[in-house]
Amino acid sequence: MQAQATKAKPAKPKQPGTSEAARKWKTIKSNYILYIMILFPLIFFILFKYRPMTNIVIAFKDYNMFNKTVWESPWADDLFKYFKMAFGSADFLRALRNTIVLNFLDLLVGFPFPIILAILLNEVAFKRFKRFTQTIVYMPNFLSWIIISGIAMQIFAPENGIINILLSRMGMNTIPFLSDPVLWVCTYILLGIWQSAGYNAIVYLAAITGINSELYEAAEVDGAGRFRKIWHVTLPGIRPTIVVMLILNLGRILNISFDRPYAMGNYMVRQYSDVISTYVYRVGIESQQFSLATAVGLFQSLVCVIFLIAANAISERLGERGIW
Amino acid sequence: MESRISAASKRGSTGMVKSKTNKIVDLLVAFICLIAVVVCLFPILNVAATSLSAELAIINRQVFIWPVGLTLDAYKSVFADKSMVRSLLLTVVLTLVSAGFSMLMTILCAYPLSQKKFVGRGFFNTVVIVTMYFNAGIIPDYLNIKRLGLLDSFWSLVLPLGISVFNMIILKSFFQGIPDSLQESAELDGASHWTILFKIYLPLSTSALATLTLFYAVGRWNGFQDVRTYISSPALYTIQFKLYQIVNNLSSLDANMEGVAATANLAKESMKSASIMFATIPILIVYPWIQKYFVSGVTVGAVKG
Repeated sequence: MQAQATKAKPAKPKQPGTSEAARKWKTIKSNYILYIMILFPLIFFILFKYRPMTNIVIAFKDYNMFNKTVWESPWADDLFKYFKMAFGSADFLRALRNTIVLNFLDLLVGFPFPIILAILLNEVAFKRFKRFTQTIVYMPNFLSWIIISGIAMQIFAPENGIINILLSRMGMNTIPFLSDPVLWVCTYILLGIWQSAGYNAIVYLAAITGINSELYEAAEVDGAGRFRKIWHVTLPGIRPTIVVMLILNLGRILNISFDRPYAMGNYMVRQYSDVISTYVYRVGIESQQFSLATAVGLFQSLVCVIFLIAANAISERLGERGIW
Repeated sequence: MESRISAASKRGSTGMVKSKTNKIVDLLVAFICLIAVVVCLFPILNVAATSLSAELAIINRQVFIWPVGLTLDAYKSVFADKSMVRSLLLTVVLTLVSAGFSMLMTILCAYPLSQKKFVGRGFFNTVVIVTMYFNAGIIPDYLNIKRLGLLDSFWSLVLPLGISVFNMIILKSFFQGIPDSLQESAELDGASHWTILFKIYLPLSTSALATLTLFYAVGRWNGFQDVRTYISSPALYTIQFKLYQIVNNLSSLDANMEGVAATANLAKESMKSASIMFATIPILIVYPWIQKYFVSGVTVGAVKG
């Protein structure tokens, strides 16, 4: 290889074709350290990201962890047996429905909050108060769902929870926030907003900062008040960001974290709290039906990829057009 | 005319006179922000107050956001539980090791991918980005960890987290923002890539490195799913896992108190609160440090990711 490189060297000025390859080879040789560096991350990606992908074949096999390896296991008599089994199971269909419903409600109810918060923060006249507010509202994003659900169990407790204490002092009945299925869904959505509305406002705040200040000045000259400026300058200015975020969120409609529904859920609300991630955990890890759980996981991953790519393509196309 | 004045006063800010409506709107905006602040803080303050309150006050439903009958009993019980203290130590060590390992890997990945002279950059980039869009899933990951013999081990909570592609992209963009001229002059002096990385790139990106280290650390500290999936021996339970057990009454933190029926049950509430604070306080201590930096990280990620 080295000989080849040295042989090509003198030809460099004369023949552009070989000199191209030779120069490339020379660049590689003189920058070999870069390849040593990337080797470690590469091993990581192969071992922990690509190697697991080979295990996906068990979705099409009759895999039993105890007697055979993934490759030795026989193919399922009907290759799509486990996919059919999943779609024939009421449990899976319920988890699928819950995933879509919870994500959709998250989007429907939760989506406007970061936008409103960003616009509000942008309107705060007192700089230090603005910074203080930002510091506080970003903070819940850094608490784990285990902590948040622990806090929720304390403050929403039927007897000693502060919320129900306040309600009863106002002469109202106690509300079973975490044990009534429908109320549980409301609590789930509300806590989602509590956790991430502040943090998600960052993107919109950045978009607002990017709006040309001449637009505001022009609006002022035209006699626009604050609300009109928000309506006619700020909102149109962040509309592309809003659209992109909306599409990206729609692309994640089947993507649901494990921690949030798992930590918040309990046996009384299982009918709404069991989602794909918790279903896969229960069927796969707890009941050891690996093939079925893998089939469900693969279905979810594939739908997620297709949706995400579609969402990216759509938002890119809209991004090119910029402000409508 | 009036709008002109208000416009000028708004831009010119401080010393100028504002129109009356503008002032009212300012106060209204501040008030709504204050509500948001209260909503964010209230639940945490309530739990903190409960954790510091006397049993009697909790029974009488007196605790609001200020401890009633201040006592550290609940914290004493938590610290008296050896498994809890061990779990805290384990999680601290795990978090440090994991964040260190992840940072090392992330730097080693981001630096080559930021280099224009890196032939094959496109290929390696694709190899990395694909994993952001498609992951194998819980079960294939679990079988992989099992096949590697890492199941129920400390390293099963460190190695698989290695590189977050999202964080790597943030660092790569940061590296790409460093002027080429710096690197070129170092190269003329005969500096190797290691020298350039350690003497130029890393010192110039301390803020990004600090942010990402804290992102990784917070992620590991908060992590739950992998502990739930890979770990079975109690010696390796992290603080989040212990907390999950305690708030769901899956373990008896106060085993020695179980005989004392009703009061013990209520004392448990303050102990649950103390456990929650136990897991939350480290985050609250670290948070102001991250807060300084993460905004730029989030916006870079949103643009590039």
